[in-house]
Amino acid sequence: MKNNENMKEQEKQTKSLEEVFEAKIARDEKIEPKDWMPEKYRKTHIRQISQHAHSEIVGMLPEGNWITRAPSLRRKVALLAKVQDEAGHGLYLYSACETLGISREEMYEQLHSGKAKYSSIFNYPTLTWADMGAIGWLVDGAAIINQVPLCNTSFGPYARAMVRVCKEESFHQRQGYEIMMTLCNGTQEQKEMAQDALNRWWWPSLMMLGPTDDESTHTEQSMKWKLKRKTNDELRQQFIDQTVPQADILGLTIPDADLKYNNDTGHYDFGEIDWEEFWQVVKGHGMCNKERISARKNAWENGKWVRDAAVAYAEKQAEKQAVKKAV
Amino acid sequence: MTNENLIQYIYSIADNSLILGQRLGELCGHGPTLETDIAITNIALDLLGQTRSYYQYVAELSKEDLTEDDVAFLRKEREYKNVLLVEQPNTDFAYIIARQYFFDVYHFLLLEKMMDSKNVNLQAIAKKSMKEVAYHKRFSGDWLKRLGDGTEESHQKMQQAVKDLWVYTDELFHMNEDDEIVTKAGFGIDNAALKDAYYQEIEALLKESTIEIPTTSYFQKGGKKGIHTEHMGYILADMQYMQRTYPDMKW
Repeated sequence: MKNNENMKEQEKQTKSLEEVFEAKIARDEKIEPKDWMPEKYRKTHIRQISQHAHSEIVGMLPEGNWITRAPSLRRKVALLAKVQDEAGHGLYLYSACETLGISREEMYEQLHSGKAKYSSIFNYPTLTWADMGAIGWLVDGAAIINQVPLCNTSFGPYARAMVRVCKEESFHQRQGYEIMMTLCNGTQEQKEMAQDALNRWWWPSLMMLGPTDDESTHTEQSMKWKLKRKTNDELRQQFIDQTVPQADILGLTIPDADLKYNNDTGHYDFGEIDWEEFWQVVKGHGMCNKERISARKNAWENGKWVRDAAVAYAEKQAEKQAVKKAV
Repeated sequence: MTNENLIQYIYSIADNSLILGQRLGELCGHGPTLETDIAITNIALDLLGQTRSYYQYVAELSKEDLTEDDVAFLRKEREYKNVLLVEQPNTDFAYIIARQYFFDVYHFLLLEKMMDSKNVNLQAIAKKSMKEVAYHKRFSGDWLKRLGDGTEESHQKMQQAVKDLWVYTDELFHMNEDDEIVTKAGFGIDNAALKDAYYQEIEALLKESTIEIPTTSYFQKGGKKGIHTEHMGYILADMQYMQRTYPDMKW
């Protein structure tokens, strides 16, 4: 009898906590790490923030592929700085995620084992210098569209990290567009290189905004928690509407025969996305899935002795300090 | 002293920064932790920034119509004057740290003197770079201590790296003909005069790191005369790929 009463009391408390929590979100107040939150909220945020962090650090690889071959010193320095920014984003996001009670090591394990996902776009290869332009312009462009609404998301540490991430991403996008612009104002060979990069990155960039609304499993709950403000299809349309005029300025052709401005809707109509390709890459069978994960695993496993050494050294130093104090 | 002497002298300083920056650039995204990844990229960025200042000055000095990129990307292997140390591969993190520390201590001593060069351009570059290199040296020295006096495994790896790279340290103090001429004119630095301070500083830190100081009396040399190790051709093949494949284009 008494047990039953206790349970009821607990349920009542949880319910009132939940009400407080939901009222906070409704008032656009931030949820902070020490605040009570439903378990599902915590789990969803761990999933999304860690996935985002993984995307940043896996995303270093395709661009890192061109650092040693960048065509000028100015471009080499800019590319290095950009890839370094991505490492920085990874760092803030992992830290934000750690506040939810998961360690960085656990998150890495989830990435390495395939349990945690990262943005599929980074499983495409970077084949020419123009890919550095196309990635900045299109991939960072699509990322910004995805991420700007997150600056106002309900979880405080995530929202604050995103403010800084978005500022840097928008700089990267301009930098990528400027690479494309330089190529398009260059020789015939350079223009062809730019067009070829657009041909290869266009569709994967559209896929980056996620499956269509009827296929998207998390949208409804995420909207409620302000992890999402617009649906995937709305975001995709926004990306297309924004990017097509930019391609026109470059004098490049978007590789979609069905792309056409619709006077009635005020938006561009576009062709069918190859979702089979999308799912193939998501499921691990893109051109570079294996390479990307093995590069991350190698870095982590080959670095183990280094991390162990740092811990051992710090312990020895602490002991020495303690002995000194005791004397 | 001709401008050509001065240009060659600048190569013997700037090419070290370029080639080491290029080597560190290979590591971006592959470090043992995100924090070290970011720090190493920072060092690469500093070194490449310094390289640009030097090469822009070379472009000014040159009779030909050169840009910093012509200087960086369009020379033949023999025309690069970096020491052999900086072209050594990223074998493991211990090598990366030993190579960095051996270079940083020299680099710091060189810049300290270069701040008093009679050449205002070199003086200005030295002043700006000093702050950066002071940080590089702290980073590499701290890691050398951690690895040297960390675990048994890290100690062994650090010891091996120090032993293997030690043979490239002596070349840092060699003077080629251009170095001599430019130094006589009061623009350059007498490398040989840095040697004692260098080994004193390095040996003290190695001792603190519980690393044995190598005793070999055989050293490798050649880079300062343009005779490099087998690694150099591959570094240039990567670095020059775009400029060689697509000549005379703007990027």
